[in-house]
Amino acid sequence: MEIDPFIFRLSIFILSIFIGYYVVWSVTPSLHTPLMSVTNAISSVIIVGAIIAGLAGSTANVFTISNILGFLAISLAAINIFGGFLVTQRMLQMYKKKKKDK
Amino acid sequence: MSANLSAIFYLISGVLFILALRGLSSPETSRQGNFFGILGMVIAITVTFLSVGSFSSGLIYVLIFLLVGGLIGAFIAYKIPMTAMPELVAGFHSLVGLSAVFVAISAFLNPEAFNLGSPGSIKLASLIEMSIGAAVGAITFSGSIIAFLKLQGIMSGSPITFKGQHFLNALLLIAILVLTYLLCSSQSSNFFWILIAVSFLIGFLLIIPIGGADMPVVISMLNSYSGWAAAGIGFTLENTALIITGALVGSSGAILSYIMCKGMNRSFFNVILGGFGASEQSASTGNKEQRPVKSGNAEDAAFLMKNASSVIIVPGYGMAVAQAQHALREMVDTLKKNDIKVSYAIHPVAGRMPGHMNVLLAEANVPYDEVFELEEINNDFVNADVAFVIGANDVTNPAAKTDPQSPIYGMPILDVEKCKSVLFVKRSLSPGYAGVDNELFYKENTLMLFADAKKMTEEITKGL
Repeated sequence: MEIDPFIFRLSIFILSIFIGYYVVWSVTPSLHTPLMSVTNAISSVIIVGAIIAGLAGSTANVFTISNILGFLAISLAAINIFGGFLVTQRMLQMYKKKKKDK
Repeated sequence: MSANLSAIFYLISGVLFILALRGLSSPETSRQGNFFGILGMVIAITVTFLSVGSFSSGLIYVLIFLLVGGLIGAFIAYKIPMTAMPELVAGFHSLVGLSAVFVAISAFLNPEAFNLGSPGSIKLASLIEMSIGAAVGAITFSGSIIAFLKLQGIMSGSPITFKGQHFLNALLLIAILVLTYLLCSSQSSNFFWILIAVSFLIGFLLIIPIGGADMPVVISMLNSYSGWAAAGIGFTLENTALIITGALVGSSGAILSYIMCKGMNRSFFNVILGGFGASEQSASTGNKEQRPVKSGNAEDAAFLMKNASSVIIVPGYGMAVAQAQHALREMVDTLKKNDIKVSYAIHPVAGRMPGHMNVLLAEANVPYDEVFELEEINNDFVNADVAFVIGANDVTNPAAKTDPQSPIYGMPILDVEKCKSVLFVKRSLSPGYAGVDNELFYKENTLMLFADAKKMTEEITKGL
């Protein structure tokens, strides 16, 4: 009997939780705020679903509810992606400046 | 682009996201980590465009919405003051939640686009995954909105509780399971809408009973939820990048919640069930009488510090509120010029989110090797001459060690009372967020400085 592809995805999921567990414990406590903002940014990779939803359908009508929700989701996720990565960058930059000062 | 090839690219971007978090293990590697994160995102988005291939005329709208969102995000990122990070992160969580809901609805209405079957006969597994993604997303959204309003001060930070609250929440959670079952067996969209509505309600009800001081736990928890929502959608879309990221973010938020709970010596459920401070307050007000405190002015404080050889600074949420971090840094610079050793002690739950104080000090150009965590510095208080407590309260309360009756009993605290003298910058004698009186105020060697944290710090600098 063939293994359902779902099982493979589940395996990836479970193993990733363990990776996350070990990687996050190694994050230094002083960087916990940037950790939150960067996890925020990467979880917005949900935008791939939004793009598929936005591009789906026929050329005749691009404004089905499904498309419009896709467009809105794209905007929301994009705010998060740009906002999240840039604000993380801004914070991490502050941790660098001091290093040079000394 | 073939499905296999794009799956490999999604895997690559998942790996890059892991490296992004890995980079945060030290400030030196963190910027490279952030770059990996950005790269992973660019790959994921590009691959998605290429794999859809035949573009409908929707493409132009996709690009417009992408651009508009991106500009708004970039604008916020550059404008936001560092003291507002907790609100920002809560706001961002709500967006992840809402977009998860939108994507789930979109997939439900147009399953062909996602290879999930046709409307009315969507694959069972996909339906379950979709329901999980939508429900968790909706909870994340409404919960984060409440957290945002509380942090922003639009909504009172005090816990809102009512009779039967937990019973109602439990009932709604059961309703979600029942609705998912009904949805799967009937494929009727009505159940899907009710499911989402109930989830929004749960998120709302879950966060209103939680008080302001517990926000670090709440934010971490919502961070975790946003991850699980993304993972749920990842299973629906059969997308490796989303599944990996969802798992990473989910466990990251869970670990942060755990660290925050440990910092307060409270169980996760105790925080979630809420109402901290509300029930205990009535008990502690009973035996409260006016006790004498020593209060001083900026000159007294400057005198004490000038004659010290080592000073430990204990910042808290009050410093963020007063925006006193820059003034503080100037004061420390003056102290250092007088050959006084200065270090900073940070309690895990200081501020409104994990690492909040560290970011503020970094913003004020405090070198990160002068900033210490509780375990690293707690033994140094004995040898320090002055502890300068600015905007912190509960995290220094010795009652946590001595008074088993105290609601904060058992919480790890900074041993400020062991210092030769303690300077306490505070606006009034009012108790902290836990609603407990701080024994430290009445100690022989404590000098209270009643003023705005920023003004007081500036005056002390002048006095030096």
